[in-house]
Amino acid sequence: MKAVDRSDKIFTAVMAAAALVVTVCCLGFSEPLISPSAVSLLGKYLSYAILALSIDLVWGYMGILSLGHGAFFALGGYAFGMYLMRQIGSRGVYGNAALPDFMVFIGWDRLPWYWLGSDNFFIALAAVILAPGLLALVFGWTAFRARVSGVYFSIMSQALTYALMLAFFLNSLGFGGNNGFTDFKSILGFDIRAGSTAVALFLVTALVLYSAVLLTRRLVGSRLGLVMVALRDNEERVRFAGYKVERVKVAVYTFSAVLAGLGGALYVPQAGIINPSLFAPVFSIEMVACVALGGRGTLYGAILGAFLVSYVKSRLSSDFPDLWPFFLGALFVLVTVFGSGGALNLLNPGKLCRKLFFRRTHGPESN
Amino acid sequence: MRRSLSVLLFFTIGLLAFPADTQAAAGRGAVSSEVMESLKSSRVADRDTAISLLGQDRSPLAGQLLEGLRRGRLFIDRDRDRLYLENDGYVLLWPPDGEDNHGEPVNLKKVGTNNRQRQTLEGLLSLSALNDPLAENRRKASAALIGSSIALPEEIINLLAAEDDRTVRDNLVRILALSSLKDSSASAAEKLAALDELSRLYTPAAQNDLTGLAASGDPVLSPAARKVLAFMEARAQHLALAETFFFGASLGSVLVLAAIGLAITFGVMGVINMAHGEMVMLGAYTVWFMQTLIPEYPGLALILSLPTAFLVSGAVGGIIELSVIKPLYQRPLETLLATFGISLILQQAVRKLISPMNVAVVTPTFMSGQWAVTPNFSLTQGRVIIILFCLAVFLAVYLVLQKTRLGLEVRAVTQNRSMARALGIQAPRADTLTFALGSGVAGLAGVAVSQLTNVGPNLGQDYIVDSFMVVVFGGVGNLWGTLSGGLIIGLCNKFLEPVNGAMLARITIMAGIIIFIQRRPKGLFPPRGRVAAV
Amino acid sequence: MSYSCGRKTAVFLLTILMALGGSLLKAQDDTIKVGILHSLSGTMAISETTLKDAILLLIDEQNKKGGLLGRKLEAVVVDPASDWPMFAEKARDLLTRDKVAVVFGCWTSVSRKSVLPVFEELNGLLFYPVQYEGQESSKNVIYTGAAPNQQAIPAVDYLLGEGNKRFVLVGTDYVFPRTANKIVEAYLLKNGIVQEDIVTYYTPFSHSDWQSIVADIKRFGGTGQKTAVISTINGDANVPFYKELAAQNISSSDIPVMAFSVGEEELSGVDTKPLTGHLAAWNYFQSVENGANAEFIKKWREFIKNEKRVTNDPMEASYIGFNLWAKAVEKAKTADVDAVLKALVGLSVPNLSGGTATLLPNHHLTKPVLIGEIEDNGQFQIVWSTEKEVPGDAWSDFLPESADLISDWTDPVNCGNYNEKTKTCLGAGKSGEPTESPAAPADEKN
Repeated sequence: MKAVDRSDKIFTAVMAAAALVVTVCCLGFSEPLISPSAVSLLGKYLSYAILALSIDLVWGYMGILSLGHGAFFALGGYAFGMYLMRQIGSRGVYGNAALPDFMVFIGWDRLPWYWLGSDNFFIALAAVILAPGLLALVFGWTAFRARVSGVYFSIMSQALTYALMLAFFLNSLGFGGNNGFTDFKSILGFDIRAGSTAVALFLVTALVLYSAVLLTRRLVGSRLGLVMVALRDNEERVRFAGYKVERVKVAVYTFSAVLAGLGGALYVPQAGIINPSLFAPVFSIEMVACVALGGRGTLYGAILGAFLVSYVKSRLSSDFPDLWPFFLGALFVLVTVFGSGGALNLLNPGKLCRKLFFRRTHGPESN
Repeated sequence: MRRSLSVLLFFTIGLLAFPADTQAAAGRGAVSSEVMESLKSSRVADRDTAISLLGQDRSPLAGQLLEGLRRGRLFIDRDRDRLYLENDGYVLLWPPDGEDNHGEPVNLKKVGTNNRQRQTLEGLLSLSALNDPLAENRRKASAALIGSSIALPEEIINLLAAEDDRTVRDNLVRILALSSLKDSSASAAEKLAALDELSRLYTPAAQNDLTGLAASGDPVLSPAARKVLAFMEARAQHLALAETFFFGASLGSVLVLAAIGLAITFGVMGVINMAHGEMVMLGAYTVWFMQTLIPEYPGLALILSLPTAFLVSGAVGGIIELSVIKPLYQRPLETLLATFGISLILQQAVRKLISPMNVAVVTPTFMSGQWAVTPNFSLTQGRVIIILFCLAVFLAVYLVLQKTRLGLEVRAVTQNRSMARALGIQAPRADTLTFALGSGVAGLAGVAVSQLTNVGPNLGQDYIVDSFMVVVFGGVGNLWGTLSGGLIIGLCNKFLEPVNGAMLARITIMAGIIIFIQRRPKGLFPPRGRVAAV
Repeated sequence: MSYSCGRKTAVFLLTILMALGGSLLKAQDDTIKVGILHSLSGTMAISETTLKDAILLLIDEQNKKGGLLGRKLEAVVVDPASDWPMFAEKARDLLTRDKVAVVFGCWTSVSRKSVLPVFEELNGLLFYPVQYEGQESSKNVIYTGAAPNQQAIPAVDYLLGEGNKRFVLVGTDYVFPRTANKIVEAYLLKNGIVQEDIVTYYTPFSHSDWQSIVADIKRFGGTGQKTAVISTINGDANVPFYKELAAQNISSSDIPVMAFSVGEEELSGVDTKPLTGHLAAWNYFQSVENGANAEFIKKWREFIKNEKRVTNDPMEASYIGFNLWAKAVEKAKTADVDAVLKALVGLSVPNLSGGTATLLPNHHLTKPVLIGEIEDNGQFQIVWSTEKEVPGDAWSDFLPESADLISDWTDPVNCGNYNEKTKTCLGAGKSGEPTESPAAPADEKN
C-alpha cells in the first residue's frame, strides 16, 4: 500500500507543477511563454487522458474491452456543446438569439424539446453526466445481464458507437449533422478565446483528471476493486462465490462512462468543435490503443499512453506530414510485440526483464 | 451472356460496315449548307437543326452522319467544311469531290452532341433498325422506341403487319398504344382500344399519360385508365418485391464475402484482426494491378486476379501472423492493437506507393449489363455473379475446413490446443496457415468488391465494422452463422430502406443487432473454438 | 507495478511540456511563408493531396520568377489528417508557430467551419478552393470556389432547357447537399415543376450499396416523362452510384445525372465508359481550350512527373487564389494580412478558361459556369456555358432566412452578414466584437 501512496504523491506533484507552470507561463508574462492555444492543446490531451483512464478502469481491471467508449465521451461533449451553442445567442451568423445557426439553416423555427434548458449551465452539467450515464446503464445492464462478454461485448460496443455516429450524422436529428457544433463564443459569460479562460479550462480539466485518478485508485484498491480483478480473471468463480457480478459490472461500467462523458465535456470547449467523427469506431480503437500502449491495468499508463499518442500525432503530422502514420503504426506494433504490457514497462528495464523471463504479474487472462 | 455477346456482335458489324459504305457515299445524299452550319457551330445546342433535317432526309449519307453523331465519331474541318468519320483513321464523308485533296486531315474537331440529342438520334436510328433482318436487333430497336414520339403510327402499323417475332410485336403494340394515348386527335374508341392493349402489356412508360387520362373525367376513358393504372401498380409492386429480395441477397453476399475471412481469423482463431479490411483492400488493388499489366483484356485480368489476390493477401497475412501475431497468442486482445497499427501502415503505404487517390478498375463485359429473367424483370449480371461467387467461396472454405488435413488440424488446434499438440499436430504451423487462409479469402472478397465500389486506400475501413457485425451476429466460430447472418442483414437492410431511407435503415439494423445479441449473446449459432472460452 | 509510474509519468509530461513550449518559440527567417492545410492522410486525402501539390507547383513557379517583393516563398505543409479539431490545431500552429502570411487549405465544410474561428481570432488569411453551400462570409476567408448560384442554378437552368420534367435529388446527408437541394428545389418550384415530380434521397457518407435507390430512380424516370438526377453525392460514394446506374442499364440518354462534386480527379479513379454523357457543372474543365490552361496542364504534369495526371476545378480555384494573393502582395508591397485584404477586393486575375476572376467585396469571385458531359476518356465535353462570368453570391436569394442578407467587406458596410432591410450587421458577422465579451482582442477597424 505504501508504494501506491508514493506514486500518488508523485502524480499529485506532477499535476500541481503542471498547473502552476501553465498558469504562470501563460498569464504571468506580458508575452506568454506558453500560448493560450498550447494550453488548450494540453487541456485537450488531458481530456483524452480522462477517456483513456475510464477505458482502463473497465478493461484493465474488469477485463471488459469496450470498443465504443468514444460514444460516451462524445455524448458528454455534445451535451456540453449544446450549452456552448446556446451561449452564442445572437452572435451567430443569422443573429437569431433563440436558435443555433444550424437550426436556422435547416429551417427549424423553434428548439426541439431535448434542447430545452440547455442554456442553463447546471442543467447542461446534469446532461453531461446523465446522457452517457443512462446509456451505459441501459446498455450495460441488458448486456451484462444477458452475459454478453468478451469479444461479443467489444463488438457490440463498437456497433453502439457506430450506430450513434450514423444517427448524429443525420441533419434531422437536431445536432448539426456532419458540421456538428463550432464557433463557440463564451462559457459562463467568459470569452472562450481569452487566455485566462484557456488556463481556467485547463486547470478544471487537470483537476477532474486528478480527482478521477484518485477516485479510481481508491476504487481499485478497495474490496470492490478486488472483486473487479477477480471477475476479470475468472468470472464464473466470482459468480459461484455469491457476488452479484452483473451489478458490479454495470456499476463500474456506468461510472466509467460518466467519467468519459466528463472528459468529452471538457474536450469540446478546448477543441472548439465537436462533430460525429468522435463517435467513429476508429477513434475509440485509437483510445484503446493508447491504453494498451501505456500499459493496461495501471491507470497511470493509460494517461501516459493518451498523452504520448496525441503528442506523436500532433508533432509528427506537422514535421512528417506524409510519413507519420507509419511511425504511429510502427509504435503500436512494436509496443505490443516487444513492450509486453505497455510503454511503462519499456521505461523500466528491471520490470521488462522480469516480464520476459517470469510469469506475468497480471493482465489478461485467456486460457 | 448471350445478349451481351450479340450486342457486341451488332456493334462490331456496325463498325465494319462503315468503310464499305463510305466508298459509295458520293451521290447518295447531300449535306445542305444549313446542316453544315449547324454542324460547324461550337455550341452544342445548335446541333438540333442538323439532327432534325438529317432525320427527315432518309438518304444513306444522312444515316451515316446520324450514326457518326450518335457515337461521337463525326469530325469536322471547320475551315474547309469537310466531314470525316473516325474509324481507325479518318474517312472523308463530305464533300464527295474532296477525294483529290489528299493528305492528313488537319485541325479536326469532334462534332459534339448532348444527351437529349443522342436520345433523339437513337430513336431515329432505331426506326431504321426496325427493318433489320436480325430479330435480336429489332427487339432492341423496338424497345428503345417505347415512350419516344419519333415513330409515326402508320409506319408502325405497316411494320406490325410484317412482324412475326412476339417480343417485337408486343413492343410495337405498346408504341402504338402510347402514341394514340398521347394523340389528341385520336377518337375515344381508338383510345379505348389502346387502353385495352395496355391492360394486357405491362408498360410503365404509359403511367404519365394514364394518370392524365384518369384525371380527365371522361365517363368512359377515365375508369378504364384507372383500371389499367391499378394493373400497372400491382405489377410494379410484385416486381419491386422480387427486386428488393434480389438486392438484399446481393448486399448480403457482399457482406458475407467480406466477413468469411474474418470468420476464420477472428471467429475460429480468436484474433481481433483490425487489418482485415486492408486484406480486402489488397485484393482489390490486385485487380487494378493485373488490369494495368494486361490492359487489353480486363475480363481475363479479373479472373487471373482471383488466384493472385488470394496469394497476395494470404502471403501478407502469413507474414503478419509470423511476425506480429504469433508472439501475442497468450494475449489475444492485444492483437487488436498490433493489427490496428498494421492497418495504419498498410493504408499509408498504399497512399505513398500507389496513389492517395482511387484507382480505376474496369468492369469487364461479363460483369456488366442485365440478365432478363422475364421481359419486364431483369437482374444485374455482375450482382448475380457475385452472389454465385460468394456461395462458391463459402463452399470452398467450408470444404477446406471440413474435409482437408489442414482443416482437421485447424479444428483440432482451436478446440483443444494442448491435446492437438500432444497428438503431434504442429500448432504454430496450423496457426500460420489458418491466418493466411483467412487473409487470402479476404483478398478474394476484395476482387469482388472492386467491381462494385471504389478501389482506394480507405476501402478497408468501409468494411471492417460491418464484417465484425456479421461474424458476431452469426455466431463467432461458425461459418454457417456468417453466411446466414450476412444474408439476413442484407435482406433486412434492403427491406427497410424503402420504408425509412438509407440512413435510418442502417441505424435500425445496427440497433437491431445490438438488441438481438442482448437476447442471444452468442449469436445465431453458438460458437466453437478458442473464443468460446474467452 | 506502480513503483515508478508516477516518476516516469512526470518525466514524460515535463518533456512534452517543454517540447511544446519550445516549438512555439521558433524564430522567423527571411522568406514569405505560405501555409498549406490539406489532409494528406485519412478519408479526405483522396481529394486534398492534389491541392497540396498544386499549391507547391504554384509556389515553385513564383520562386522561379524571383518570389514576391524580392523574397522567396516557403511552403509549410502540415497534415490535419481529415480530423476536424486537428484542422483548427494545425491552423493555429501555422499562424502562430510558423507565422505564415497566408494559408491555402480545407476541403470539407466542417474543416472550414473548424478553422474559421482561428483565422478570425488570429487575423489570418485563408483561401478556400472548393465549391460550397454558401451562407457564410468571413473577413479572413477568400472563397475561390463556387457559391451555389455559380453552380446549382445554372445547372438546373440547363436541365430545364433540355426538357426535363421530373427531378431526382440525390445527396450525401450533410450541409452542402442539404443546402444545394433546398436552393434547387425552391428554384424548380418557381419554374413550374410540381412537388410530386421532385423526389429527394439522402444517404450516409461512403454509401456503397445503391441498388434500391437506383431502382427507384429507374421507376420514377420510367413513367413517360423526361427525368434528370441532380447529384450532390460526396466523393467516395460516387463510384458505386455510377457503377450501379450502369449495371441497371440506365444510360445518360435515358436519365442524365448532373453532378456537383464529380470532376476529372474523381473520374480518374473510375472506368468511365459506362458513364459517358452524364453531366457535371463546374467553373472549369480540363478540356477548356485556352492557352493558359494548356500551359498550366503542361507544368502540372511536369511537376507531378506523371503524363496522365488531370487537373480539376478546385485546382483552378487554387490557381486563381494563389495568383490573386501574389498580385495583392505586390500591390500592397507587403504580405501583411490587413494590407493584403485591402488590396485584394476588386483585384482581377485571368482564370484558366479565358476569362477573368474578379474578387468581389463579399470575398467571392466572378466565375463562368460550364456544363460538361463525361466522355469515355475521363474528360468533359463542354455542352453549355454562361455568356460571361457570374458573380458569386454568399447568401442565397432562394432561401427565406438569407434572402435579405448580403456580404460586403468594404467600407462603409464592412460586414459579412448585413441585413439590407434592417440595415444592421448581424451576429458575429461584423469584423469587430462579440457583443458581451470584453476580453476579446480589439480589432483595429473598430
